[in-house]
Amino acid sequence: MPNTGTLTRADIAERLNQEIGLSKAESAALLDQVLDNVTDALVRGENVKLSGFGSFLLRDKKERIGRNPKTGVEVPITPRRVLTFRASQMARETIIKGN
Amino acid sequence: MIRSELVELLVRQNPHLRVQEADRIVATILDSIVDQLASGGRVELRGFGAFSTRDREAREGRNPRTGETVAVAAKRVPHFKPGKELRLRLNA
Repeated sequence: MPNTGTLTRADIAERLNQEIGLSKAESAALLDQVLDNVTDALVRGENVKLSGFGSFLLRDKKERIGRNPKTGVEVPITPRRVLTFRASQMARETIIKGN
Repeated sequence: MIRSELVELLVRQNPHLRVQEADRIVATILDSIVDQLASGGRVELRGFGAFSTRDREAREGRNPRTGETVAVAAKRVPHFKPGKELRLRLNA
């Protein structure tokens, strides 16, 4: 596991392969399924709460007036759904402690 | 959706997995994200989003109940930025 830099899908699949002994292909497929299942729930409008990790929370934003910062022209910002993530207390503590 | 529902879904999609194994798979994925953030790195999951950390400086906080001033230590807090594909799908 790299201690800095960027962890990717391939690295996580590798860890599933090493720690659980699943084949590399199955590891990659299962990771994709987990992310797809989370995505599908969010697209359906469901919040996703993963205990010990954190919550993905949807928020509906109303239309508001924005401004093109370059031209100063006022433009309406359409109503939209945004996604926020709130890490669980346990995850926050682990991250603060570092390793 | 909660964690146990995610595990159940995974078992339904992969009938050869037992609940205990699916649970371990989910745990390993989530742990690898938290571990990476704890060691100062970031996590990029194309199409889904990126997890990173942000540094918060030490500050003087206040106990809202007593009004007492308390020192809040500097800390690193997790942050998630949804990927473009996910943002678009949420608004499709």
